[in-house]
Amino acid sequence: MTTHYLVLSGILFAIGALGVLIRRNAIVVFMCVELMLNACNLAFVTFSRQVGNLEGQIIAFFVMVVAAAEVVVGLAIIVTIFRTRRSASVDDANLLKY
Amino acid sequence: MESHIAEIVQHTGGVIGNAWLMIAFPLVGAFILLVFNRFTNRWGHLLGVAMSLASFVVAVLAFFELIGFGEEERRRAVHLYEFIPGMVDMGLLIDPLSISFALLITGVGSLIHIYSIGYMAHDEHRRRFFSYLNLFVAAMLLLVLADNYVGLFIGWEGVGLASYLLIGFWQFKPSAAVAAKKAFVVNRVGDFGLLVGMFIIWTTFGTLTFAELGEKIQPGQTNGTMLAIGLLLLLGACGKSAQLPLQSWLLDAMEGPTPVSALIHAATMVTAGVYLVVRSGAFFFPEGSGAALAVAIVGAATLLAGAIIGCAKDDIKKGLAGSTMSQIGYMMLGAGLGPAGYAFAIGHLITHGFFKADMFLGAGSVMHGMNDEVDMRKYGALRKVMPITFVTFFIGYLAIIGFPLLSGYFTKDGIIETAVHHQPILGWLAVLGAGITGFYMSRMVFMTFFGQKRWADDAHPHESPLVMTVPLMILSLGALGLGAYLVLSNRLLLFLAPAVGRPEELPEFAPFAPSGLATLGLVAVGAIFAWMKYGRAEVPSVQPRGSFLTTFARRDLYGDALNESLFMRPGQWLTRLAVFFDNRGVDGIVNGLAAGIGGSSGRLRRVQTGFARTYALSIFIGAALLTGALLLVGNI
Amino acid sequence: MSPWLPILMAVPVVGAIVVALLPKGSDKLAKQVALLVSLLVLVLTGVVAAGFKPSGERFQFVAEYNWIPSFGVKFGVGVDGVALVLIALSAVLVPIVILASWHDADGVKTADGTLITPKRSVKTYFSLLLVLEAMMIGVFAATDIFLFYVFFEAMLIPMYFMIGSYGGAQRSYAAVKFLLYSLFGGLLMLVAVIGLYFVAGKQTFMFPELVGAIQDPVTQKWLFAGFFIAFAIKAPLWPVHTWLPDAAAQAPAGAAVLLVGVLDKVGTFGMLRFCLELFPDAAKAFTMPIVVLAVISIIYGAIVAIGQTDMKRLIAYTSISHFGFIVLGVFAMSSVAQSGAALYMVNHGFATGALFLAAGFLIARRGSPFIADYGGVQKVAPLLAGFFLVAGLAGLSLPGLSSFVSEFMVMIGTYSSQAHGSGALTVAAIISAVAVILAAVYILWMVQRTMNGPTAEPVKAFKDLNAREVWVLAPLVALIIGFGFFPKPLLDVINPSVQQTLTNVKVPTSTIAEKGTGQ
Repeated sequence: MTTHYLVLSGILFAIGALGVLIRRNAIVVFMCVELMLNACNLAFVTFSRQVGNLEGQIIAFFVMVVAAAEVVVGLAIIVTIFRTRRSASVDDANLLKY
Repeated sequence: MESHIAEIVQHTGGVIGNAWLMIAFPLVGAFILLVFNRFTNRWGHLLGVAMSLASFVVAVLAFFELIGFGEEERRRAVHLYEFIPGMVDMGLLIDPLSISFALLITGVGSLIHIYSIGYMAHDEHRRRFFSYLNLFVAAMLLLVLADNYVGLFIGWEGVGLASYLLIGFWQFKPSAAVAAKKAFVVNRVGDFGLLVGMFIIWTTFGTLTFAELGEKIQPGQTNGTMLAIGLLLLLGACGKSAQLPLQSWLLDAMEGPTPVSALIHAATMVTAGVYLVVRSGAFFFPEGSGAALAVAIVGAATLLAGAIIGCAKDDIKKGLAGSTMSQIGYMMLGAGLGPAGYAFAIGHLITHGFFKADMFLGAGSVMHGMNDEVDMRKYGALRKVMPITFVTFFIGYLAIIGFPLLSGYFTKDGIIETAVHHQPILGWLAVLGAGITGFYMSRMVFMTFFGQKRWADDAHPHESPLVMTVPLMILSLGALGLGAYLVLSNRLLLFLAPAVGRPEELPEFAPFAPSGLATLGLVAVGAIFAWMKYGRAEVPSVQPRGSFLTTFARRDLYGDALNESLFMRPGQWLTRLAVFFDNRGVDGIVNGLAAGIGGSSGRLRRVQTGFARTYALSIFIGAALLTGALLLVGNI
Repeated sequence: MSPWLPILMAVPVVGAIVVALLPKGSDKLAKQVALLVSLLVLVLTGVVAAGFKPSGERFQFVAEYNWIPSFGVKFGVGVDGVALVLIALSAVLVPIVILASWHDADGVKTADGTLITPKRSVKTYFSLLLVLEAMMIGVFAATDIFLFYVFFEAMLIPMYFMIGSYGGAQRSYAAVKFLLYSLFGGLLMLVAVIGLYFVAGKQTFMFPELVGAIQDPVTQKWLFAGFFIAFAIKAPLWPVHTWLPDAAAQAPAGAAVLLVGVLDKVGTFGMLRFCLELFPDAAKAFTMPIVVLAVISIIYGAIVAIGQTDMKRLIAYTSISHFGFIVLGVFAMSSVAQSGAALYMVNHGFATGALFLAAGFLIARRGSPFIADYGGVQKVAPLLAGFFLVAGLAGLSLPGLSSFVSEFMVMIGTYSSQAHGSGALTVAAIISAVAVILAAVYILWMVQRTMNGPTAEPVKAFKDLNAREVWVLAPLVALIIGFGFFPKPLLDVINPSVQQTLTNVKVPTSTIAEKGTGQ
């Protein structure tokens, strides 16, 4: 039964989303985003299995590639912010406003 | 009621075919003097005089060519060029009426030019003065020579412009600047009438040329449209000729140099209204129509008003201005009486041109000798020191009060008699006006030339140079004999008949008609009364307070006060209101709208907090809502 | 295919690029190059005008190139009589304006002696002027409605920078206000243009092919409204006029001349060509309200002008009054009135141009636009005062000057128009004739307060016009007087295309000369 995989995927996604919303540390938020991405990957692979073709798995690979690229850029930004402000809290970086 | 107006014939060649030269000469003069300004300073005045004289020569030649034609062929139209395609062509109409005016304008105008050489000798802007004079003559000639209403209107406004420039010639005096503006604006009120009149003429008849109107309008035809046109044209005439209710600019116009007053009042500008009425007479002012009656009433009212104003003025030029109003009133009265009155109106216009120019220039000569003093209470006993000026002025005086056998006697009496014949009430008012004329003109002469010296300490009156007195002499000759020449044996009337129509019966010279005798009697009474008050008795050199009536006359019958309270003050309030409304109302709505949009977007931008997690929350909420919506629709 | 109109547009663009690429600090050279280029355009325009045959085809010098083929958008140009005289007006005004604004881009002096420095360089100003000239020619020459729209909007850009970067103290406010008003109108027009394209369904934006394409009266009304509001803002018509006094007062004198003299004419030109011919039924249905607005503009503009204390604002309000006359003439639907209106567009350009420039020279000497700061200028600078007076007299439509002919034609054509049968147009003509009196008041009162009377203390140091300034004003005055007595050359070009317009609007075009049967 593939339903369990889907439920797991939903749980993982919810954990990730909750983490993004309530955690302040930029690294943790970032990891939560990764968690959400991987929850999606799980769902894609599951659907691929359900439907019986490879497209879902191909998309999962794409997501991984994009996620890897994102990690590179995102971590670089976080590190730079930490260097200048001595803080990795996302709430401290709120200059981009009205 | 049948008036024989000759057909207009097309004409080419000859002097008449080149009559545009009459306008071109002074126009070129004005152009040269204005464009090459400083370079013409030394000889500019001579050029001005030469151009005016050249124009006079052309007018004389054209006149002789014209009388070479048979009586029925004396209305010659000269086509010049296409002005507004499909609407009106520019052309000239040389007929007895226009050529009479042209002769008067160029003749008297040239004399005034010559006189000005002396009068303006010490003014540093004499050249500019002559350019304006030339412009004035050119515009006035266009006015009387044009063969259509548009050309007439261009000349009409050109005259207004030139008078604006001339009245405001000494524009550094605020009073002169205000007077010039006032003259122009009041004239514009009249122009409004003339303009709307032209709209109706064009809409009704599809043409604005006199020749075609003559073909389309049956003589004596009247109806509502024609009456409206007549009244509107009368409004225009009132503006230019300073008739009630648009008279107020004339007295202020005395701010200009004295030759200007002579040119405006005697020869040219103020006669334009009379010209307009007589020229349009056959179309819109047929004998006995309501419009003609209105003209006569306006004339009668103004002749009395002007005379009353003249009685109380101590300023010699303003006194003369009052008398001009009054005399133009006579002409309008005559012009409102149909063909019988036209000849006398034009005749009076011509003789008035001479004797009024004579007196204005004489007054200028007096002022010239008296350090530009205009208050007659500071004059007195000048006849001995200024003999030539005195004699010429005196002849003009006798002419204007209608002393038997002088010019004014024939022409003014003619108007009065015709008026008594056609409109008895107005006629007898004119008789009364003549009596008042006798009083105020005598008062002027006695105060200036007789009685005791009341000169200011530094005044050294002296006779003016020949360049000023010779024109005076020529003008006084006209004041002496021109009236008799024009009126006896109906010479002018018969000459004008092809252009303006011939009355049913020719007037006869009747020196002993009751109205004539009454006029003479009243004039004598007025003159004697003036002698007792201002000749024999001593004239106080300070203006006495005077009765209610005197104040009334001194304040120009409260015409200015009326204008101010009726038009000027409400106008100012309206203007201020409009400006306020524009800034706060119209612009306010727009600015308010802009401020409203700015304010709401200012509140809306608070949503952008800068917290990444807030944005994330809104994304999740949005995604959830979207998913929910899709589930609800059931199309997932 | 005639290359003349594209060349006419290309020359100023090339000139603008050359001027912009000149090295820094060569301001004088930039001015000279700009002047030469604009004179070249004037000569070329003269060649085009000489080749125009009034009795020939309606659109001449036609050229069409495909631009966006998938939507049928073409780069289509061609001129009829009205467009030709307006292009000629632009070509005449630009060199004059360049010569007049020789020092405009150097900064604006204020009354207390401080200098408001421009935000951009001198050569940019002259480059912008040339770009603007190309667009002005393009907007009048465009026969493709989409192209017309593009030019209509693009014209705003150089003008925005000319006001916003080189203007007076309030320049930013004025420039933004000008831009916002115009963009608002332009958007409505864009909607209408797209609507026209789809409703007509002809896969083209070419004007001649779209005439008569819309038959449904309700559709006509909506599309008409879109176009008309844009043009009314541009014209400007009461009550959407308030941007003009601000923009004109803040702009440098030369830019103000082009703004009021040419740019605003696009509005009335658009009404005459697009509003009337594309949507004849709607135009007839809306005539009465528009005539009312026009009459309000005429009287209201004149009254507010009387009350102004700032010379440039005063002139701007007189223009609002004059634009009322033009709109009145356009919608009076008679050949005399429309010819008068088209002629008025040209004459107003000359008259108001001369007045703005003369006022600009006056203001440059004192630094203050306020009438109360002057007095007695005639005494120290008679030439300046003389030109100012002549320009003012042209503004009050003195007979014998060009603006009289057009104003007279508009009023008499409106009075005699049979288009509506009712007396409403008659009343409109009579009311608008009152402006004749008001015009005398606003012009002569301004002249009296600035030029006449005792010479004010700061005025005593004034120099009279120099040779350059005389060369700026003299051609304008010559044109004003010349066309005042000989309007025939212009009217001969204008009349056939106005007749064509009236034919397309299906108004009987019997000229008055044929009627006039008397009583």
